[in-house]
Amino acid sequence: MTVMGVVLHPNISLGWQWRIRKMEQRDKLVLMKDIYKYFGNVCALNGVNFEVHKNEIVGLIGDNGAGKSTLIKILTGVFPPSKGELYIRGKKIDLNRYSVREAHRLGIETVYQEQALGLKQALWRNVFLGREPIGPLGFINVRKAYAETEQLMRDFLGFTSKAVSPNSRVGILSGGERQGVAIARAVYFKADLIVLDEPTRALSVKEVKKVLQFIEQVKEAGKSCVYISHTISNIYSVSDRFVLMDRGHIVGEYNRHEVSESDLTDLLIHHSQKAVPHD
Amino acid sequence: MRQRNSSKDLEMHVHGYMLLRRYYRQVGLLLISVLVIAIFMITSPQVFLSSRIYFTFMSTVPFVGIMALGLTLVLVSGEIDMSFPAVMAFSGYVFATIYELTGSAMLGFVGLLTTGATIGLCNGLLITKIGIPSIIVTLGMQFLIRGATHILAKGYQKVLRGIEGHILYTIFAGKVGGMIPAQAVWFVLLAILMWFLLFRHRFGNHVLFVGDNKSAAHMLGVNVDKTKILVFVLMGILAAFAGFLDSLRMRTWWPTMGEGYMMTTFATVFVGGTSMFGGEGTIFGTFVGAFLIGSLEAGIVAAGLTGFWTQFIYGIIILIAVALHTLIRKREGV
Repeated sequence: MTVMGVVLHPNISLGWQWRIRKMEQRDKLVLMKDIYKYFGNVCALNGVNFEVHKNEIVGLIGDNGAGKSTLIKILTGVFPPSKGELYIRGKKIDLNRYSVREAHRLGIETVYQEQALGLKQALWRNVFLGREPIGPLGFINVRKAYAETEQLMRDFLGFTSKAVSPNSRVGILSGGERQGVAIARAVYFKADLIVLDEPTRALSVKEVKKVLQFIEQVKEAGKSCVYISHTISNIYSVSDRFVLMDRGHIVGEYNRHEVSESDLTDLLIHHSQKAVPHD
Repeated sequence: MRQRNSSKDLEMHVHGYMLLRRYYRQVGLLLISVLVIAIFMITSPQVFLSSRIYFTFMSTVPFVGIMALGLTLVLVSGEIDMSFPAVMAFSGYVFATIYELTGSAMLGFVGLLTTGATIGLCNGLLITKIGIPSIIVTLGMQFLIRGATHILAKGYQKVLRGIEGHILYTIFAGKVGGMIPAQAVWFVLLAILMWFLLFRHRFGNHVLFVGDNKSAAHMLGVNVDKTKILVFVLMGILAAFAGFLDSLRMRTWWPTMGEGYMMTTFATVFVGGTSMFGGEGTIFGTFVGAFLIGSLEAGIVAAGLTGFWTQFIYGIIILIAVALHTLIRKREGV
């Protein structure tokens, strides 16, 4: 057996094995072990093992119904699995107490398909919703929220036009820009892992480029990203690793340099044509 | 020297123009209100050029105005409340009864506020936990509470004997400086408080998002149910407080209190500019709208038109105002 490049003697003590496993786990930002999820009689996840390392961009790819959204929702605290374990930074998570708020606290943020934005509200309100900087009586420190939003706009979002200010309604922004706001929100709150659900769906070519730029910035900032997609073409270039899912199973895992874009697409089709998913 | 001054003037003018652009809706509403009063001054100068009518407005407008403030928040949260006139009456009944039995206006006041809050809580719970649409819950509550009021009062009003001597009477029904009705002062104070609550407090931020995009609010950790319940509790408290002010002013409570306030309160909020769809609202608009709507009936009657014209003109004003607000919103692109 090889661990981190070192060949281990089969008689190695259990204590040591435990210690080594702990070290491995800490290297992983997220480790999901043996995850099962049933919705009534339907098995959405069938013994899935999934991990994300530090400063890694992972693409979770698969057709509709593969279980990608379900896996991600378990990871981000939306609901617990029927069976299985979750480790974040090596620490086991109590799945009975886990919630979205807890996930935020642990540095995991989600950027939803629908972006979770209030289109009629100002930019600064959207950035700080649920985490408003408040004084003792609960009144918002608007000056601070405004200033931080402004900085976020200039630095991360690259808004240079005077037409957009932190007070501008989010509704006036384009789809890609709104996506950027949602991503910037996650980055600002020091997420270590940003989960993106179909980040380029329904976006124009120019806007897709913008979102890819944002993802690259996330990587440069030393953070990790997991994105869900059922098309590979857009996100192939920014990813480090691809995890293929099909009907509740993980059917393949590839590093980017191991597989080309067209290979991946072929693999996806190949698996979807099989009667029962297998490696 | 001269050149420097003129460029500073220009800067101030540009700044003033930008401010105007940003607040043009509020300015527009103010202008229309002034216009309406000006028309009344022409049609009935003996009434509208004397100060008495304005002092009267200051003591009558706040009853509707205070409830309109609560209703504004309810609409912003994406819900509606049709029960507040009944809450006003029933809470007043509780106050009058406690006062009658114990002689303590303070105890009655606490009972009144608690009643309003409790009915609001019931509304909120039925809406959030059972899932009945707010229009149905509050409509049903309106009938229930008004009916209960009539059953308990048996058609009698309650005179608040000796209430003038109480400190609460001085605070809530007296005249500040011998001239300004206390009701108006409380209306202004509450309006300021509600503005800060809605636009500068974390709770208000939650209300805005719950009305704008409920699922977004939920996904970002906002307790949607709790926010809505609190909004209805607040509405209940404000409706009860309005009943308190009205009872105090008349030194009497009567079972049909609040009837007729339903239409004017909604008119106030919509003419003020708050949207029916939730997610946005204006406290300033509600405040100005209260005086605009509040002065209409007096102006119409003073102009010599019969009271029948009142409803007709209310209707025209509401439709025009809401049409304007809707068109402006469309133009702003939201």
